[in-house]
Order: sequence, then structure tokens, then C-alpha cells
Amino acid sequence: MSFSLTLTLNGAQRDIVLDDPRVTLLDLLRDRIGLPGTKKGCDRGQCGACTVLLNGKRVNACLALAVTLDGAEITTIEGLADGDTLHPVQDAFIEADGFQCGYCTPGQIMSAVGLIAEGRAGDDPERIREGMSGNICRCAAYHGITKAVQEATRRMDAATKGDAA
Amino acid sequence: MIPFAFLQPTSVDDALAAWTPGAAWLGGGTNLVDLMKTGGGQPSLLIDLSRLPGLRDIEMSDDGGARVGALVSNADLADHPAFAARFPMVAEALLAGASGQIRNAATVAGNILQYPRDAFFKHLGEDPLDGDTTSLSILGANGPVAVHPSDFCVPLAALDAVVEVQGPNGPRDIALADLLAPTADTRTALAPGELVLALRLPAEGATFAGHARYLKVRDRTSFAFALTSAAAALRFDGPRIAEARLALGAVAPTPWRVAEAEALMAGQAPDADLFERAAQTALSGAVAIGDTGWKIELARRTAIRALTLAAAHTPARLPALPGSPFAAQAKDHAHA
Repeated sequence: MSFSLTLTLNGAQRDIVLDDPRVTLLDLLRDRIGLPGTKKGCDRGQCGACTVLLNGKRVNACLALAVTLDGAEITTIEGLADGDTLHPVQDAFIEADGFQCGYCTPGQIMSAVGLIAEGRAGDDPERIREGMSGNICRCAAYHGITKAVQEATRRMDAATKGDAA
Repeated sequence: MIPFAFLQPTSVDDALAAWTPGAAWLGGGTNLVDLMKTGGGQPSLLIDLSRLPGLRDIEMSDDGGARVGALVSNADLADHPAFAARFPMVAEALLAGASGQIRNAATVAGNILQYPRDAFFKHLGEDPLDGDTTSLSILGANGPVAVHPSDFCVPLAALDAVVEVQGPNGPRDIALADLLAPTADTRTALAPGELVLALRLPAEGATFAGHARYLKVRDRTSFAFALTSAAAALRFDGPRIAEARLALGAVAPTPWRVAEAEALMAGQAPDADLFERAAQTALSGAVAIGDTGWKIELARRTAIRALTLAAAHTPARLPALPGSPFAAQAKDHAHA
């Protein structure tokens, strides 16, 4: 039996046919669509390396069965930059040294984008650390990660206020 | 994962009709898909509930209660301002659980019905006393049994939450405490093929809003299961406690409430001695299994501290570290 679904993936519509309902969103992205930016760490929802935005909200792609997602809007790390212009969170991670080996970084950045949209943490480092606890960094670049999220939040806030003025 | 059939019904009636023995309901998948990956869950049929209409509403009733659809996400419920204002310790417990990603996907019904942590290993036939014993009960069961892992359910039990279910024999309401009372053979009191449609919080629960806290002790400050936890809610009549609620988490296969512990606080002024007696009474009958003796003392202290926090007042804004014993020490910029 096969399953047909349509996703809006990084802004583009895609028709997908699945031969197996066991395929997770993570495996669909990496192995079947060829977008390996989303990483597989634990594959159990514990490390956050596979974080993507699903209808604007951050989730673990390893725990979502692709077959359930017909009509969904997905944003991965590959869809974040605008051409050669990086997303403010990407910029901030580079400037604040928010990584070492880089394996968890796509998940960290997608989680940070989701957290900032939730408006839960503001630029309070304690709330940022709490809000980012679903993303593990084996290199322990947490200091830089917190600084990056803090700085990106400030810049995005300022940009929003600038737009409104 | 072993292969399974997949259905995506678009009405509750179709969902109920689709159920067969061996089927599993799929909500957010954060518990079930994980369990299926380990082999601990092997449904022959997965019935995805995501297309069922009307199960994502949060209704604040005029009488002061609330009705929450089964598919509302943990994050959406915690972030609902009116719900969090009426039931602050429920919001605090939700935000003390899991991670931001998990809370966005996990549903209300899925949280309530989540599997105990030993379900991930039971199929391997391992002895529960081998390895990590932190999830073993000290109350309410004969022999080593895994505790109910939910934070959310602890304040829900304290506030007499009710679950609306529908099954082959029609709809019925069941108290959360009864739903989560496992027997030797069953994990919950749901009958085969029954589906949770909504959760109701009675209006009386909102009368505790000014003095209601959830406290959770963990191996690490965030994104960890409770070692022990407590939901404490007080309603004052002048300087004295008119009514008290206390539920303990991570100590039994179900959230643990003891009527005598709550009753002894009624009519009393809140002080350390009273809270110690309440905690002692709540834990009477606790038995250490294996090396879990630490848990009895930790649960006692957790209960006392939760009651003390509740007596102070519910903070206007949740602390930066919800439910954490370190929350009071953390600098809260909102109040700086």
C-alpha cells in the first residue's frame, strides 16, 4: 500500500508518495528528499539534532511519522537563509561561536528560531537555557549558544520595532 | 519498527469503528513512536487522530472551570493565558515537563496515557531491579512497579480532573484518578477501543489559583523525568487554610493523593510543623524497594517545600525554571 501526501517544504510544494508508513519526517528529509542538513542524533527525541519547524513550531522530526503530515508546512535549516543572506539566528551563531563540531548546530538554530517565535524567553539567559534544553551539544558550546540566541532575539526585536515605526 | 497498517479517519465515529485489538491511537507520537522504535510498542494498526475535528479547543467555562480537547498540545495549553490564570500549577507542571520540541507535539490525552518508563524495556524481560531504579514506585503497589511518568497529571489529580471518553458502548466520564488506577493486568481503566476526547477541570480547582505550585526534583534542571514531585494548592480563609490539596508525583503508578493529609491542614494556620505532618501522612505506607530508600525522604521534603511555596503565593509570572527547586535562586529579569 502506498500513501500520497503534499508538503510545503521550505516554501516549495512537493508531492510525495510513501511506500511505508514507518518513514519518519527525519528519514524522509535526509534519505528520500536529499536534504541532509537536518541531523540524526539519538533518533529518540532526546537530543534535538533533528529539530525542524512544522507549521511554524519546532518539533523533533525523528518522532513525526511523515505519513501523518499531509498539507503541512515544513522549514528546515536549508530553508532559513534568504539566498546568500543568512537568517539573523545563523549570523548570531557564527558571531557568538555557538558551535564547535557543528553536528547539533542545524537543530540548535531551528530550535532557537522556534523559541524566539514563541516569545517565551526574551533575552533572559536563564529562560533561553531552559527553552533550549531540548538540544544537546556534545561539545558543550552552550555559552556561545545562549549568547547567540540572546543576540539574535535583540536584533530581531529591534528589526520588528523598526518595521513598525 | 515492525510493519503496521495505517488509517487516518476524519470523524470520531470512523475512528472508533476502525479500532481492532492490537490497534493504537496516534496523537502527537512523542511517546508512542519512540516506544515503537525500541520494540516496546508493536501495534498492528496505527489510527492517526490528527484529522478528527473539534479536539483542539480550549474552552473556559463561565462557572470557572475548563474543558480541553484531547489533541491540544502541551505547549498550547500551558501558554493559554486564561487557562494558566485559573490553573497555574497545571501550566507550571506542563512547562516543567519534557522539552520545547516535545511540548509542541505532545497532546493532552497522550500525556495522560503515556507509558511508564519500564515499558521501553519490559519486552526484553529485564529485571526491574537491575540498572536504573529511579523510576520505581514506593507507594501503591506490591513489588517493584514503574511510576506514572507524567508531571501534568499530578496537579490534574489534585484538582479532581475528569476525562471524557467515548467507546463502543458510548460516551462516559471518568475521574482522572480512576482512569490512572492500574491493576495487575491493565495500565489504565480505558476499555478496549475507548478514545479520550477531552479533559475537564472543575471550577472548584480555580479557587486555589492564588496559592498553587508544582515542584519537581530532577537529576538535571531541565528535560528530565521527576525523581519526586508535588502539586500543592491552598485556599485561605483569612490567615487560615480553608482547604488544601496535595498530590505527589513519581512515587506510585498513579499520582498519589491521601485524603487525611489534605484534611489535617483544613482550618489550620500554615507553618512548617503543619506541612511536615501533612507530608508525613501523605507518605505513610511508603516502602523502599531495592535501593529506593532515598526517595521516601526526598518525596517528604518535596511535599513540604511545595506546600511552603504555595502558602507564599502563586507568582505573577512563572519562574524562568518552571517547577524547579532552583527557581527561587535564579535571577528573574522580569522582576528585576
